[in-house]
Amino acid sequence: MSTPTTSFGREAAAALSRSKNEPAWLIAWREEAGELAAKLELPKPEKMPLTRWTLDQYGTDRPSKTVSSAADLPAAIAELLPEDTQGALIVQHNSSVVFTRLSEELKAKGVVLTSLEEAARAHEKLVREHLMTAYKKDEHKLAAVHAALWNGGVFLYVPRNVDIEFPVQALLFADDADATFMPHVLIVADTNSRVSFVEQAAAELNAGEGRTLLHNAAVEIFAKSGAHVRYAAVHHMDAGVVDVSYRRAVLDNDARVEWIVGDLHNGNTLTDTNSVLQGNGSASDSKIICVGTGSQRISLTTRAQHIGKSSESDMVTRAVMKDEATSIINGITKIEHGSTKANGQQTEKVLMLSPKARGDANPILLIDEDDVKAGHAASVGQVNADQVHYLMSRGISRKEAERLIIHGFLDPVVSEIPLAGLREQLHRILERKLG
Amino acid sequence: MSTEFEIRGLKATIEGKEILKGIDLKIQGGEIHAIMGPNGTGKSTLASALMGHPKYEVTDGEVTLNGEDVLEMEVDERARAGLFLAMQYPSEITGVTNADFLRSAINARRGEGNEISLIKFIRLMEGKMKELEMDPEFMHRYLNEGFSGGEKKRNEILQMMMLEPKLVILDEIDSGLDIDALKIVAAGVNAMRSEERGFLVITHYQRLLNYIKPDFVHVMMQGRIVKSGGPELAERLEAEGYDWVKEELGIVDETVQQA
Ligand SMILES: Nc1ncnc2c1ncn2[C@@H]1O[C@H](COP(=O)(O)OP(=O)(O)OP(=O)(O)O)[C@@H](O)[C@H]1O
Ligand SMILES: [Mg+2]
Repeated sequence: MSTPTTSFGREAAAALSRSKNEPAWLIAWREEAGELAAKLELPKPEKMPLTRWTLDQYGTDRPSKTVSSAADLPAAIAELLPEDTQGALIVQHNSSVVFTRLSEELKAKGVVLTSLEEAARAHEKLVREHLMTAYKKDEHKLAAVHAALWNGGVFLYVPRNVDIEFPVQALLFADDADATFMPHVLIVADTNSRVSFVEQAAAELNAGEGRTLLHNAAVEIFAKSGAHVRYAAVHHMDAGVVDVSYRRAVLDNDARVEWIVGDLHNGNTLTDTNSVLQGNGSASDSKIICVGTGSQRISLTTRAQHIGKSSESDMVTRAVMKDEATSIINGITKIEHGSTKANGQQTEKVLMLSPKARGDANPILLIDEDDVKAGHAASVGQVNADQVHYLMSRGISRKEAERLIIHGFLDPVVSEIPLAGLREQLHRILERKLG
Repeated sequence: MSTEFEIRGLKATIEGKEILKGIDLKIQGGEIHAIMGPNGTGKSTLASALMGHPKYEVTDGEVTLNGEDVLEMEVDERARAGLFLAMQYPSEITGVTNADFLRSAINARRGEGNEISLIKFIRLMEGKMKELEMDPEFMHRYLNEGFSGGEKKRNEILQMMMLEPKLVILDEIDSGLDIDALKIVAAGVNAMRSEERGFLVITHYQRLLNYIKPDFVHVMMQGRIVKSGGPELAERLEAEGYDWVKEELGIVDETVQQA
């Protein structure tokens, strides 16, 4: 069974950190997080009470065996790796990172790709300067728990002016319902650097009824002046996993961050994808798709916070709801006072495939500056009958016509995934979820 | 086999209101029939009812294509049987590329196990697009999304050319086309003329009929074909308008709105 976590707090967090031989600074840092975890409340996402979600099964630290070559990875993991994986790769299996690959050429340029646990020792300064400064450990209970327990994890540092050609790939995989699975991805893209990062979170628990695993994860991206970071994520875990994923990007002057997210998880999902446009001329673009099936409950929030002048954000969310799935889709564009000439746009679209499904799109504009542009569009609807008719009038069956339209609805995001192999995989996941 | 398409006593309603009030028309393979008529007289309704649009309810009459009962068929079955409607207002479908859509449509009629190979398909599509002077990028654009009016029309003709139907209905294919595009589209239609294929061309203007020469011209008013003739009928309508037809037939309000 999972650790009974009612007693989780300061002591437990510190003891675990010590047992893993973490550096002193991190032990103290985790200790503080443990204390916060014991006293903070759960977050309160719009119209989605979390009271009945199983959010207290943290599991225990169960690291997996490291391997020295990709060929030695367990079959379940190897199957998830797209064939065109030629770039850098890091793999987490349950509670620890088991494999890392980075070319000598990139190492020579100063690129760092390691587990976050390793980086906490080897790159203390960079890690301490950034870790959970965008997603703060005192935001709410889930953030504090994450801070106290994050394990494995990814640290990517891209030095100034370095352009990484192939996407860096992270595969985060769980197959043990008793293991703590809380990866943290920390990316620091230095001035004028370029990188695409592809994250895949997958879990095959084969656990019995009523077993749940909490995937309490976070991503933090720091894009320094003029840096461009493209972050693609695909989440497809078993229904027994609760997916909590907080994603934050902080952008300096003229930085650009693109989020391309497939929230295709099969269990309850709470994700929050947020760009903080700190710098002048910074820009973020978020494209998110989601498919809800069964009795899934999904809270999906995208945010853009404009602080810098002439900053731009665009957010597009497209969700398909089947069966009895419920989703609350929030888009929040916040333009702070002083962020003149900012431009924030957002669109949320929900396609309902069943009368019992629920979908709610909430566009929210919070604007404290006059000299800005902002816009939103939201819609919740069914498959368009005229479109179905048009396709059928060319000989395509109703079933195939609907399939084309539903997949097409998601394509503007799917087609943006930077790895062809992962795109194929995404199509397979969609076929499976959409049936 | 030469095509034979026949409509007998077709009546159709929309939201309980009768729009088509008994249409009779026979089209043989190789023939081009034009339908003209003022706005709101039921021309598009006839086209939609033949194709089986769910909004229109057929209340009476028969339609056969080579002896097969068309009205019994689902929309996709009608298409696979050989019916094709170039729509007045084609739908836009995000995320479905023109190429994916057309390949699905072609494979739907070829049937499982007999799918067209990708390379053959691409050659076919490229060839037809070239005939229609379409930019190759339209292959990978989302279906009709952001297409101009004229581009949509050209894309309808592209579909016709690739699907090789037996009975083609063109609903105002000339609207939105500039004069050069009109010639290209007409050339596409003329290239498709054959003994196996009949055409029903709905238009407001003689101009199209200069390029696509009809064998028969019909005038529609009040949800009926009220007058039929040869190409000279279209010329007279172009020159004189519809008043003389109305006068001849004692029609005051030509739309279907009258009781
Ligand atoms: N969806 C609908 N709901 C209500 N009335 C409709 C609908 N579609 C068509 N009608 C009515 O049916 C009548 C015939 O319309 P139709 O589109 O067939 O005319 P048309 O002859 O094609 O006209 P145009 O030359 O303007 O294209 C019109 O009065 C129209 O308002
Ligand atoms: Mg019309």
